[in-house]
Amino acid sequence: MHQVEIATTRETLLDSPEMVLNMGPQHPSTHGVLRVILRLDGETVIDLDCDIGFLHRGMEKIAENRQYSMIAPYWDRLDYIAAVSNGLVWVETVEQMMGLDVPPRAHYLRTILTELNRIASHLLWLATHGLDIGSFTVLLWALREREEILKIFERQFGARLTCHAWRIGGMPNDAYDGFQKDVQQFVDNFPHRIDEYETLLSENRIWLGRTVGIGVISAEDAIAIGLSGPALRGSGVAWDIRKSRPYAAYADMDFDIPVGENGDTYDRYLVRLEELRQSRRIIQQALDKLPDGPVNAKVPKNIKPPAGDYYHSIEGPKGEIGCYLVSDGTTSPARVHVRPPCFVNLQALRQMCVGHLIADVVAIIGTLDIVLGEIDR
Amino acid sequence: MLLYFAPNFIDSLLLKLFSQETINFVIWPFIQIGAVVTGVAVWALYATYAERKISAFMQARLGPMRVGKWGLLQPLADALKLLTKEDVTPDKADPYIFKFAPYIAVASAFVVFAVIPFAPSWGVITDVNIGLLLVLSISSVGVLALILAGWSSNSKYSLMGGLRSSAQMVSYEVAMGLSLIGALMFARTLSLSGIVNAQAVDGPLPYLFYQPLGFITFLIAGIAENNRAPFDLPEAESELVAGFHTEYSGMRWSLFFMAEYAAMVVVSAVATAVYLGGWYLPGVYRLTENYHQVALLSGNLDGAPLYHGLFVIIGIVVFMIKMAVILYVYFWLRWTFPRYRYDQLMDLGWKWLIPATLTNIIWTATAIFAVQALNGWHGMKTIESISQGLNLTSSGKAVMIGFGFTGLLVTAGVLSTINWRSRDFNLKGQRRDIRLVKNVPQGEPAVLPPGPTPAASEG
Repeated sequence: MHQVEIATTRETLLDSPEMVLNMGPQHPSTHGVLRVILRLDGETVIDLDCDIGFLHRGMEKIAENRQYSMIAPYWDRLDYIAAVSNGLVWVETVEQMMGLDVPPRAHYLRTILTELNRIASHLLWLATHGLDIGSFTVLLWALREREEILKIFERQFGARLTCHAWRIGGMPNDAYDGFQKDVQQFVDNFPHRIDEYETLLSENRIWLGRTVGIGVISAEDAIAIGLSGPALRGSGVAWDIRKSRPYAAYADMDFDIPVGENGDTYDRYLVRLEELRQSRRIIQQALDKLPDGPVNAKVPKNIKPPAGDYYHSIEGPKGEIGCYLVSDGTTSPARVHVRPPCFVNLQALRQMCVGHLIADVVAIIGTLDIVLGEIDR
Repeated sequence: MLLYFAPNFIDSLLLKLFSQETINFVIWPFIQIGAVVTGVAVWALYATYAERKISAFMQARLGPMRVGKWGLLQPLADALKLLTKEDVTPDKADPYIFKFAPYIAVASAFVVFAVIPFAPSWGVITDVNIGLLLVLSISSVGVLALILAGWSSNSKYSLMGGLRSSAQMVSYEVAMGLSLIGALMFARTLSLSGIVNAQAVDGPLPYLFYQPLGFITFLIAGIAENNRAPFDLPEAESELVAGFHTEYSGMRWSLFFMAEYAAMVVVSAVATAVYLGGWYLPGVYRLTENYHQVALLSGNLDGAPLYHGLFVIIGIVVFMIKMAVILYVYFWLRWTFPRYRYDQLMDLGWKWLIPATLTNIIWTATAIFAVQALNGWHGMKTIESISQGLNLTSSGKAVMIGFGFTGLLVTAGVLSTINWRSRDFNLKGQRRDIRLVKNVPQGEPAVLPPGPTPAASEG
C-alpha cells in the first residue's frame, strides 16, 4: 500500500483544496480500532489509506513460547466474534500434523457448533451493517437471535464469546444434556426471523439505494487481491473451502453456495443472508445424523507434532482463515502464522471506495465485515 | 364552570392593579406565553420518553423502566444529568459563536408556537393573519444555528455536518412551503386559526382528504427539515460521529436536542392545523350548535359562555391527540428505515418533492376551477357560496376528493417522466436474487502429511 502524503494538499477541479479526513481509531463505525485516512474532494473519496496495528498483541510471537494446547485460547481472541471457528483451525492443524484420529461424533459436534458460530457472526455483521446504514431496528432484532446462540455456547463451553471450544483431539466435554433440544428449537425458529430481516431491508428502496452499485469489485480483481469468504462469493466466484477441501463433517453435508453477480454491497448482503439459511440447513442435517461415541481421540500427554511445516485453512465466517504451523519437534511451535481473512479483505478497501462518498465508505467497511482483532493479531 | 372560574378570578385580581387594556394585551399574553412554553418544553421532553418507549417496543425490548414507574421520570433524570455536566468548549473554537448557536436554534423552534392554534379563542397566543408565513420563516432561522454551530466548532466533522445540514434544510424548506399552497387555496387565508376555521366550516372532512399529496409531501419535507431519520445525515452517528453538534456537551447539547424535538412538534402542529383539522372535531361541534353558528362565523365569543371554557379545553386535547399521532409517525419512520445518503437526499428534495408539490398546486387549481365549473351541471350543486372557505356541498366534496386522489396518480406520472433515467427510479428492478450454486465439485479432504508417526501414546 502506498503512503498518503498527509502534509500536502492538492488543488482539485473547482480550485478548492482537498481535505484529508481521519476516520480515526475511535469512530462509531470502523468496527474496532481501524484508522482510515481519507483524501476527499468535497465528499468524494479520491484516495484512501488504512492504518492498522492498534490492536496488535503479538499473538504469533507469544505462541512460540507456549505449548500447543496453551495456544488455543489465543486463537479465540483473534476474530473474537467467530471464536469457535478460529479454535477449529488451530486444533485441526495440529491434529492433522500429528495424524490423530478424531472420532466422528466430535466432527459432527464441531460442525454444528461452528455453523452456529457462523450464524452468530453473520447476525452481528447484519446488526452492525444495518446500524451503519441507519437501520437501527435490525441491530436489535439480529442481536436477539444471537443471544440464543450465545446461551447455547454458554451452556456448552462455559463462555459466550471467546469459548476455547476445542481441544487437540476432540472436545473437552460431550454435548450437554439439553443440547439437541436447544439447537433444534433455535433451528426451528430461525427461518421466520431471517424472513423478518429480509422484509425490513431487502426491498427497501433506501437500502437498495445505499447498497446497489456500492463497493463493486470484479471477480478477477477479487481473486487477484486474494479475497475469500462472502466478499469473494459476492463477486461471482463459487469458492468455498467447505466444499473444495472439506474438513470436520462437511463432506457428509448437503448444502449450496450462494453466489452473487456484480460484486457490490447488495450482493454480499444477499450472499450472507443466504448463508444464514444454508448454515441452518447444515445444522439440521448434522443434528439428524449425529452419531454416538466418544468425543476425544487418544492424545499423547506431550503434544509434539513432527518437525516440518503445515498449512491448513477452513472457511470462517469472514473468509479463509488459515494456520501455517512450523514445528521443530518440540512442545512449542517454531512459528505460527495466522492467515487472517479480514486482513486480506481489507486490502480491497481502497479499490472499492475510491470514487464513492464518505457515507459509502462506512457501508463498504461494513460489508467487508472486518474484525480488527484478526487484522492486527 | 370551574374552568371559567379561575380565569375570572385572576382577571378580577389583576383589575385592581392594571387597566383592562393592559390586562388583555400585556398580562394575559404573558400568561399564555408562559403556559405554551412550559407546555411545549414538557411535550418535547416527554416526546423523548415516548420515542424511547415506542422504539423499544418495536425492537423487542422495554425501554426506560427504572427511573419512576415505567421510566416516566427518565426525561427529568436526563435533564438533571445534562445540567450537571462539565462545560467544555474546544480550545480553538470561536467561543462567542460556539456558545450562542444553541440559543438561536431553541429560540427559532419555540417562537413559532406563538401562532399555532391550539384551541379556538384563547388557545392561540396571537392570531397573526400571516401565521403560516411566519412559521416557515422562523423555522428557517434554525438553519443559521446549525451552520454557526458546525463552523464555530473548528472541527472537520462538525464543519461537514453543518454544511450538509444547511444545504438539506434549505432544499426541503422550498418543498415544505410549496406543499402548503394547495391547502391554502382551499382556506384562502394564511392565518393558522383561519385555516382550522375553514376546515371546520367546510364540513367534517379535514383537508387531508382533499390534499393527500400535500399532506404526504409536507410531512416528508418536514421530517427532512427536522433532520430526522431517514434524513438524519447531518447527525449521522455512524459517519460523522454527531455532525454539527459533535463538540457540544452538557446543557448546550441538550438545547440542540430540545430544539430538534420542539421543531418536530412544530411540524406536527402545523400538519395538524392545516391538514388534520386542528382542534376541530365534528362531534364536539354538534354539542355546541349555538356556539358553532353564532360565535364561530361571526368571530363573536359572547355566544355561549357556558360551553366556552370546556370547549376550548376539549379543543386543546383534540389538537394534542392529533399531534401525537403525527409524532408517532415520526418515531415509526425513524426506527424502520435506513438513512439516505447525502446526494440521494438532495436528489429526493429537488427532483422528487418539488415537482410533486408543483404538480399538486397546478392540480388543485384545476380541481377548484372544475368544482366551480361543475356547479349547476346536470343539476349538481357543488358550492353553496364562496364567502368563506369553499363551502362545498357533498357532491362538491366528492369531486374534490376524487381530484385529490387522482392527483396522486398524476404526480406519479409526472415524477416518472422526470426521473425515469435516474438510478433511483428503477431500484425495485435492481432487487435481485443470488444464485445458489448446487454442484460445486467436492474436493479431497485435507490430507495428512507423510512423516514419522508420533511417539507412543502415554494416555
